[in-house]
Amino acid sequence: MADSPNGRFRFLRSKSQAPQPDAFAEERQSIDLEPLTPEPAQSGLTRRSFLSGLGAAGLLAGAAPLVTAAPAAEPSADEPEPGGGTGTLTLRVNGKDFNLRGLDPRATLLDTLRERLQLTGTKKGCDHGQCGACTVHVNGRRVNSCLSFAVMHEGDEITTIEGLGQPGNLHSMQAAFVEHDGYQCGYCTSGQIMSAVALLKEPIGPSDEDIKHAMAGNICRCGAYTNIVAAVKQVRARA
Amino acid sequence: MQTFRYLKAQTVDKALAAADAGRFIAGGTTLVDLMKLTVERPKALVDINALPLARIEKLPTGGLRIGALVRNSDLAWNPDVQRDYAVLSQALLSGASPQLRNMATTGGNLLQRTRCVYFREPTAGTPGAYACNKRTPGTGCAALDGHNRTHAILGVSDHCIATHPSDMCVAMAALEAVINVEGPKGKRTILFADFHKLPGDSPHIENALESGELVTYVDLPRLPEGARSVYLKLRDRASYEFALASAAVVAHVESGQIRSVRVAIGGVGTKPWRSHEAEEALTGKPANAASFRAAAEAALAGAHPRTENAFKVELAKRCLVRSLKLATA
Repeated sequence: MADSPNGRFRFLRSKSQAPQPDAFAEERQSIDLEPLTPEPAQSGLTRRSFLSGLGAAGLLAGAAPLVTAAPAAEPSADEPEPGGGTGTLTLRVNGKDFNLRGLDPRATLLDTLRERLQLTGTKKGCDHGQCGACTVHVNGRRVNSCLSFAVMHEGDEITTIEGLGQPGNLHSMQAAFVEHDGYQCGYCTSGQIMSAVALLKEPIGPSDEDIKHAMAGNICRCGAYTNIVAAVKQVRARA
Repeated sequence: MQTFRYLKAQTVDKALAAADAGRFIAGGTTLVDLMKLTVERPKALVDINALPLARIEKLPTGGLRIGALVRNSDLAWNPDVQRDYAVLSQALLSGASPQLRNMATTGGNLLQRTRCVYFREPTAGTPGAYACNKRTPGTGCAALDGHNRTHAILGVSDHCIATHPSDMCVAMAALEAVINVEGPKGKRTILFADFHKLPGDSPHIENALESGELVTYVDLPRLPEGARSVYLKLRDRASYEFALASAAVVAHVESGQIRSVRVAIGGVGTKPWRSHEAEEALTGKPANAASFRAAAEAALAGAHPRTENAFKVELAKRCLVRSLKLATA
C-alpha cells in the first residue's frame, strides 16, 4: 500500500530517495524521525541538536543541563522552610529518578521536562492550559504540565510520551494514530496521545460524542479530529 | 513571572502558620495561569497538596463533606455525587477540560478568578495597561464600555462587571453548600450565599475569607426527599468553554405542583447567582411553561446589560426555562 504508514515513513526516512534535497530536508527528517525510527540518526546533526548547540555556544554558555545522578546536594542557606524548594529536586519521570539542582521555582513541569531533561516530545503550545499540547500523566492521570510547577511534583510518577512507547515498541494508541493518520503537522500529537491513553481508564460513555468531549482539552489546529476519534475508537474497542 | 519562595506544608497547622508568607496553591490552574500573566504576583506559594483534605465523606446528617483538595474529576465521578447531587456532577463535567479537572480542586474552584479580558490583560501594571479595578483598585473598568459580550448583567456595579466563571459554584449555590474554613482565629463556617462578594466599589475583594484563612471542606446538605437536580450550560461551543448562561435547578414536584425549588444561574452574574425571585415565582405553582417563563422573567428583572451583552438577558431566561423543564419532567 503506497499510503501505508511504513511506506510513507520509509520515504521520509531515506535521504537518498528524496527527489529534491532542499533546505528543510534535515528539519523534516528530525521532526518525523526522532520519535518514530528505531535506527539511530544517520547524521549526528539534527535540527534540535543544531539549535541547542547554538544556544549553548552562543547565548547561554551556562545552560548545559544540570541533571545529575549524584546524591542530593545540601540545600543552600536561603532555602525556604518547610518543604522542598529550589535546592535539589528529584523528579521521577518514565520510571527513572532525575536529580535536578538549582531549579528555579518558577520552572513549570513542562519547561523542566523539555529544557532540563531533554524530553522534548511534550510540546509547549499556549502555555496557559488551553491547548493540551503539554499533556502528561501524573500518577496515571492526565494534566497540563504547563500549569504546574516542577517543584510541586517530588514523589509523583510522571509519564511523558517518551515513556509510553518507543520506536519498535509503540503503545497501541501511538500505533493507532499512525494507522489512522491522526495528525497533520504533529505538534499536538503527543498531547493528543497522552489524553487518549488516559481516557481509556476514565468512566466516559461509549459513543463518538463521548470521545470528542473527553478529547476536548486537546486542540488540533490542522483539524485531524476525525482521524483522532477513529484511532481512539479502535483502541477502546480492543481494550 | 515574578519569582517566589516555595513552601510545602504537610499539615493544616503548618499551612496556616505559613499563610502570611504568600498564597496557598493546590491545583494551580488559575493561580499559575495568572502568575504567568503577572496579574498574580505572590511573594511565596504555600503548597497545600499534601494536606489530608482530599476525601469525600458522608455526613451523619445525610449530607456529604467534600475535602478542599478533592479534584473536580473525582468529585464529578463520585457515585454519591452522581446519584444525589446530579447538578454538581453535571456542572463540573461541563467545565474546563479533562486535564484541568484532574488538577483543579474544590477549594480552588471556589476562588476561581474571572476571565474578564481586561483583568487578564498580560501587560498589567505597565503604562498604558487597561483599567481594571479588580486587578489594580481605583484604576477604573475598561469593560464598562469595552468588549463586554461575555460580561455580567446581574450584580454589576459602576466599578466592575466581571462574570464569575465557575460552573461548580452555580451548582453549589443551588445546593446551599456550607464552606468550612480554618484560620488564625480558628474554624468557622460560611454559608455559600455569603461566600462570594458583589463587586460594589471594591471589586478586588471577591470573597468572605479573612487573611490567612484556608478552605478545608465544603458540606452539601441532604436534598429534600424526591428532589431532582439539573445543570444546563449554554456557550459558544459544545465543550471546553465558559458559560454565556447556565442554570442549576433543584426541584421537588408532586402531582404536577412545585413543592420546593432552588435556582441559581451562572455566566451572567458577578457572583454565582442564586435567584430567590425565581424560586418565589415557582413555589406552589404548576410545573408548566407559563410558570417557568414567569420565573425566568423574575430572575432577570434586575438585569443591567451593557453595549455587547444584552443578548444574555433573553439567553439566560431561555436557559432557565429549559432547565426547569428538564428538572421537573
